[in-house]
Amino acid sequence: MILDGKIPSGPINEKWDRHRQNLKLVNPANKRKYTIIVVGTGLAGASAAASLAELGYNVEAFCYQDSARRAHSIAAQGGINAAKNYPNDGDSIYRLFYDTVKGGDFRAREANVYRLAQVSVNIIDQCVAQGVPFARDYAGYLDNRSFGGAQLSRTFYARGQTGQQLLLGAYQALSRQVYLGKIRMHPRTEMLDLVIVDGEAKGIVVRDLVTGEISAYSGDAVCLCTGGYGNVFYLSTNAMGCNVTATYRAYKKGAFFANPCFTQIHPTCIPVSGEHQSKLTLMSESLRNDGRVWVPLKKGDTRHPNDIPEEERDYYLERKYPSFGNLAPRDISSRAAKEVCDEGRGVGPGGYGVYLDFADAIKRLGEDVIRQRYGNLFEMYERITGEDAYKVPMRIYPAVHYTMGGLWVDYNLESNIRGLFVLGEANFSDHGANRLGASALMQGLADGYFVIPYTIADYLAQTKPAAVKVDHPEFKKSMEDVQARIKRLLSIKGKKTVNDFHRELGKVMWEYVGMARSKEGLNIALKRIPEIREEFWQNVIVPGSGNELNQELEKAGRVADFLEFAELMAIDALHREESCGGHFRVEHQMPDGEAKRDDENFCYVAAWQYKGDDKAPELHKEPLVFENVKLAIRSYK
Amino acid sequence: MDLNLYVWRQKDKDSQGRLEQYKAYDISPDMSFLEMLDVVNERLIKEGKEPIAFDHDCREGICGMCSQVINGVPHGPQEKTTVCQLHMRHFKDGDTIYIEPWRARAFPVIKDLIVDRSALDRIIQAGGYISVHTGGVPDGNAILISKKDADTAMDAAQCIGCGACVAACPNGSAMLFTAAKVSHLASLPQGRVEAAKRVCMMTEQMLKEGFGNCSNHYECEAACPKGIKVSFIAKLNREFIKAQF
Repeated sequence: MILDGKIPSGPINEKWDRHRQNLKLVNPANKRKYTIIVVGTGLAGASAAASLAELGYNVEAFCYQDSARRAHSIAAQGGINAAKNYPNDGDSIYRLFYDTVKGGDFRAREANVYRLAQVSVNIIDQCVAQGVPFARDYAGYLDNRSFGGAQLSRTFYARGQTGQQLLLGAYQALSRQVYLGKIRMHPRTEMLDLVIVDGEAKGIVVRDLVTGEISAYSGDAVCLCTGGYGNVFYLSTNAMGCNVTATYRAYKKGAFFANPCFTQIHPTCIPVSGEHQSKLTLMSESLRNDGRVWVPLKKGDTRHPNDIPEEERDYYLERKYPSFGNLAPRDISSRAAKEVCDEGRGVGPGGYGVYLDFADAIKRLGEDVIRQRYGNLFEMYERITGEDAYKVPMRIYPAVHYTMGGLWVDYNLESNIRGLFVLGEANFSDHGANRLGASALMQGLADGYFVIPYTIADYLAQTKPAAVKVDHPEFKKSMEDVQARIKRLLSIKGKKTVNDFHRELGKVMWEYVGMARSKEGLNIALKRIPEIREEFWQNVIVPGSGNELNQELEKAGRVADFLEFAELMAIDALHREESCGGHFRVEHQMPDGEAKRDDENFCYVAAWQYKGDDKAPELHKEPLVFENVKLAIRSYK
Repeated sequence: MDLNLYVWRQKDKDSQGRLEQYKAYDISPDMSFLEMLDVVNERLIKEGKEPIAFDHDCREGICGMCSQVINGVPHGPQEKTTVCQLHMRHFKDGDTIYIEPWRARAFPVIKDLIVDRSALDRIIQAGGYISVHTGGVPDGNAILISKKDADTAMDAAQCIGCGACVAACPNGSAMLFTAAKVSHLASLPQGRVEAAKRVCMMTEQMLKEGFGNCSNHYECEAACPKGIKVSFIAKLNREFIKAQF
């Protein structure tokens, strides 16, 4: 099937305005008759829930954490992009659009990205009005910094805690609606299934994580804002609870999963210190504004970094990409780090690390300036490693950070299932094969504040409010399925813990479906994943019962889904016989080792349809048409 | 290193809890405190016992989910550090460590080390925001904010809502938490419009939830993983008094 993204006609800069004028409206008196289910309360979920409630809809909001404020958007450090052109350095909506399309290695949908760039300016205004304490200069104006993949300063920031401040802004807007009774908030509640009635998404089944009770909620539309699936790799910069369950359950109910192999490996994370490691910590990419990345020229050079003279260092990013230098995009920087480590020039325990050195910046600007800019990041680094980065260069290594793939959506952010909308990292549409820094916050808030309030009305206007109630047999069936699965997990009583399996899966994924992928490796993964999955269902141990707070049971359900989803990722990676962005196939590279895209054969979105547990998923394509940018080799040299 | 742990175990909110003893073996100094508990839990599970329940999520010190009192100190011995960022290099072989949940009237224990902190959400719901709808706002640079005020607002806004201030306070007071939000918004011109109403609504909710009052122990500032200053409580009081006139 050829998928239709429902991209409006007309010149790209007029598409969104024209489209908005054509969308149907729900009159204010009728809005209160509709209920919208919002799953997840990160930037996308909280902003959507708040904005929809402000309009008058009733919102049921869910999150697995104990408070909506804890969603993992909170951990984003560096900043948020917007085409404000405040610094007068030549920025424009077109440039932000172009940088994002190019940064995504021409695998994003043009019209969506343009809209994202357009509303980026509104986001900053909205957040300022909410009281987000963005950095200001001495005259009281908003301050900007530069970020990877861009040659100008368009990133707004709130110290090293931009995600936190933006999320708290959205959380506060959500809290106001909770107080006004327009949002019912369900914390410590996890979505375990999507309910579809007559082909339309009409509700969800959830588990109360405190009492273990399984219950159902019906609504007129469902918004999944459940983030990415980076934890399929076991170790990632995601929070421990981040999972694929909501989107994967929707996939099993018929929603198409798009580009699952597009994952982002972030170049600046703190290296792994041992087998016990439970998660990886990111150091904001903004550090690359002032830090210089290097490794020793010689292999196996074990000297203290400060004892290695300048001429025996290889500042490989500056050498290979002189015009972008240390600010080369994430996929490129990560791969370059892997290359030098594979050559045996990595530093630190195990040789999996490169230096990020601030000595020059400290010499140029003074320690105080660096402390002011990155103080909290340096503190964080010291807490984890016990090293003082003002004196010794940081050690960094790439780690899984973000997933560009997600449920397929059209221009309205509606999936192929009517009434199912997907926002933020959970959808696929804006970042192509690689996301630029400071763009995730922008997309989450764009979807929630400025896109969904318009597009969801168009769907609702065509439906009768509260037509489906939880007494519908589909809800009962879905609840029974969920209960049966929980019962099965608890009854296995095997010998290995959920973490044992998750770690094993993670190793396979990192090795064969990670930074560099090959046909051979992917086939190994496709053999290993089902084996691990089979053993999981024979030999996992989940203690306790289903009628209580049971964290192992929560984890078991999530890992069980990862064990299925991982296979879909490998299938997608195997089918995409090209290299683009974060997807690097070793068979497809330029003579100098850069990614070799194949626009002739792979300039499309790969959307996979579930066909049954024992059947291969079916591939559907949405051809990507580029009318406003020229497909070009993505060069940062 | 090997450690001797006493951990608070409590089946649910209605059951009686007690400290139970566990051993932790072969703990590396590079592990975080929570990774040490992961190791203990993995062993308990394999022995057919119930693992210790504790809240955690981001494990990078920003989500505010982790909440443990370690040897009597919320978030443990390292200054300005959440439990998830506390590393075992701060302990030594053979140490005995007591691990308990936040204890405060307004934070009932749900299970083991997990408490119910929804009271903090309700304080924010009562007024911890600027009442702006999405859309129709002026340009971001139309509102000038001096760097000093922006910095003060940010100092207060970095509260992660973990509740350590409440757990550390002999009165179980949430004044630092409330003061942080009141000060963040009151320091900005956008937040001034509703400042009086906000401080009244939030403090009223604070009392309703059963939090105690501040009597200047400063334990909250000492326990705060973000180093939020008690001077914000003075600002809260000032805003409160101003609101009466």
